[in-house]
Amino acid sequence: MEENNNQEVIQYIVAKIGHEQYGVNIQHVHNIERMLRITRVPKAPYYIKGVVNLRGDIIPVMSLRLKFRLDPDEYTNDTRIIIVKIDGNPMGFIVDEVKEVINLTEDNIEKIAKDSSDEKNIYVQGVGKIGKELVTLLNIDGLINTND
Amino acid sequence: MDISQYLEIFIEESKEHLQSLNESLLELEKNTDNVELINEVFRVAHTLKGMAATMGYKRMQKLTHDMENVLSEIRNGTIKVEADLLDVLFQCLDALEQYVDQIVESGSEGDKDNQNIIDKLNMILDNDKKDDETNNKDSNKSNKEDNVKSNSAKKESLSDMDKRKHLNINFTDFERNAIIKAYEENYKVYGTTIYISEGCVLKSARAFIVFRTLEKLGQVIKSYPAVQDIEDEKFDTDFSTFIITKEEPSTIIKELTSIAEVTEVLTDEIKIEDEENTKIEKKEVNEKKVSKTTKKQPNNSTSKTTKPKTNRTVRVDIERLDTLMNLVSELIIIKNGLETIELKNTSHNFNEQIEYLERITTNLHDAVMKVRMVPIERVFNRFPRLIRDLSRKLNKNIELHMSGEETELDRTVIDEIGDPLVHLLRNAGDHGLETPDVRVKAGKDPVGIIDLRAYQDGNNVIIEVVDDGKGIDVNNIKNKAVSKGVLSREQADSMNDQEIIELLFKPSFSTAEKISDVSGRGVGLDVVKTKIEALGGDIEVKTEINRGSKFIIRLPLTLAIIQALMVNLGEEKYAIPLNTIQNIEDVLISDIKYIQNQEVINLRGRVIPIIRLHDKLDIPTEDKEKDSLTVVIVNKGEKQAGIVVDSLIGQQEIVIKTLGKYLTNIKLIAGATILGDGEVALILDVNSLV
Repeated sequence: MEENNNQEVIQYIVAKIGHEQYGVNIQHVHNIERMLRITRVPKAPYYIKGVVNLRGDIIPVMSLRLKFRLDPDEYTNDTRIIIVKIDGNPMGFIVDEVKEVINLTEDNIEKIAKDSSDEKNIYVQGVGKIGKELVTLLNIDGLINTND
Repeated sequence: MDISQYLEIFIEESKEHLQSLNESLLELEKNTDNVELINEVFRVAHTLKGMAATMGYKRMQKLTHDMENVLSEIRNGTIKVEADLLDVLFQCLDALEQYVDQIVESGSEGDKDNQNIIDKLNMILDNDKKDDETNNKDSNKSNKEDNVKSNSAKKESLSDMDKRKHLNINFTDFERNAIIKAYEENYKVYGTTIYISEGCVLKSARAFIVFRTLEKLGQVIKSYPAVQDIEDEKFDTDFSTFIITKEEPSTIIKELTSIAEVTEVLTDEIKIEDEENTKIEKKEVNEKKVSKTTKKQPNNSTSKTTKPKTNRTVRVDIERLDTLMNLVSELIIIKNGLETIELKNTSHNFNEQIEYLERITTNLHDAVMKVRMVPIERVFNRFPRLIRDLSRKLNKNIELHMSGEETELDRTVIDEIGDPLVHLLRNAGDHGLETPDVRVKAGKDPVGIIDLRAYQDGNNVIIEVVDDGKGIDVNNIKNKAVSKGVLSREQADSMNDQEIIELLFKPSFSTAEKISDVSGRGVGLDVVKTKIEALGGDIEVKTEINRGSKFIIRLPLTLAIIQALMVNLGEEKYAIPLNTIQNIEDVLISDIKYIQNQEVINLRGRVIPIIRLHDKLDIPTEDKEKDSLTVVIVNKGEKQAGIVVDSLIGQQEIVIKTLGKYLTNIKLIAGATILGDGEVALILDVNSLV
């Protein structure tokens, strides 16, 4: 931390999905909830699990596993819903586990080349390095606003 | 001074003034020599000018100022109200509306100076002078040079008259009486307009000194603007005062001009004719006879035609209202929660509590709803102008009849319903009504009539746009649909007229602009439909060749809390809005018939299609078919359909919540609600199902 005084520190919440670690910029995170009862919404995109009631607000919930075309979610005691807000519109992300909060500076972040043709890169902002570990930093806006 | 805090008030008040300006101008068009209306228009222009000046909107100020010049000439009788003049005044109104819109958007009035309108205004004034000139020529038979002189002299005196603003100010009865009394006691009354130099920094301070000086000379009985406004610097560079005094006018002028930064002082003696006075007195007596409590109205602004211009309204921040609404929502959720509690020995007391709570929530709901309700007049009152412009543009004689302006709708609906209505009215005028000669040939009155009605019908508000034009030619639509490839010929032939007319609301139809010229209607009707459906309503068309068409819009009274029937579908619970439900039937499987591969039932003579929600909503079903089905008969307009459900839970008051921005395009679901146990149930959108 000491050498980072001149650089902006960005905090990320690290969540686990399968064996991978993903980082969500803490600025977007509204709160983190234990698993809630989900009501299926017919005709919604495949990765939208449904809606939940969060203290009176109806919030759509997205499965990152389905969005990333991984195996379907298995809800455990560690499963969490990360509620993010973009432009005041809330959305929940189901993750296997929320691990910690990390501080990253520009130096710790490897940018992803924008012209890369891999469609997955719309969802990825960069890769964060924390010690030996690598964290995929999610582009929340891209995740929410692209339909496939 | 930080003016931004007044911006909202400025905008709100400007809009009110513009609205009343609009009404007065329309009225004036019908009734060109109504002095009251001219006064009203003048007053509004003047007020707007003052407001714009205070807020620093120079362009708006300039425009209203020049408007005022013309209006004051009208008042003096030197200019007649004619169609051209009204056109210019309407242009002024439009320009002012644009300024206000710009201010709403960006906080600044923009950089459009509307010079062409200002030029037109000035041209009107110039023309007027030319008229005077010719008059002078005739009467004086003077040579050209003299004429030029007299003209310039006239010009000066005109602008001088213009500057004597105190001559244009109306008195209240009380003030009139004071003036008359003053004369009885050998005092004189002088009206004075005082001009302060433009660069003056503390105008209010100067004004204060002016008042102090005047008070030494006599008694100030009135000022324009009011003293309070002058103290708040709510004036331009001039203000007018009226003083009761024994001094000579020259003394007043001398005293006042000696004050620094006072540039010009104009004074006239004010007299009030006794005749008028006696009239007023009589009127007062009459009024007193009728009722002692009736307020005396300022006699100059009383008029048969002017009704109260704006409603007495409380301006409530919509956000606060929403909070209140949310609170009520929560209360209802709590109530629902209480209802689901199963007490082992249900005590009488508990039920009483529930009933009490229920009464409170219902009342609270009502109260909050009322706060949110706005008369539809707000939307309607801009239409006379729209129709006026439309009839001029299309060269058709169009008359607009409106009724039910007092019908109230939820504020959010009011804000949204304007555009669709404008669309329908334009359609009715443009495509529905024929040109006068065609109408005469068809044996109709050359004047086409558009009827705009609003009324309440149970839990709905109905708005109808009716024209007595040529109606919609079904065959035309059919042919166009086929030629556009929207339908095959066979499909088209198998459809009934109503279904063909429904095609007009299809997006594919509206985008093809050419069709609209032939078929009569179509451009943007899909947009109208989408908007109305987004508000939870629906739209229907009825038409008869040569008799006209009728667009019927049905809107829910409120958007937030409704009565619904809760049903089970598999493991899931859904809510069906009660106002769409006609009845509930048990239908034997054996009674289900097939027509064109569609399941239908024959219910008391009506053939009703059956909708299997399990299929529509991808709900996993157990395969065992029962002998009978529970069918909820719903209707959308005149169309009916039977929805198959697994079982009924019961009727409930539910709070509608949206699914949020990310799930907006899910057609079959109108929203969600939270049940007593915290579970989310979805609300079926019957409109898109049927």
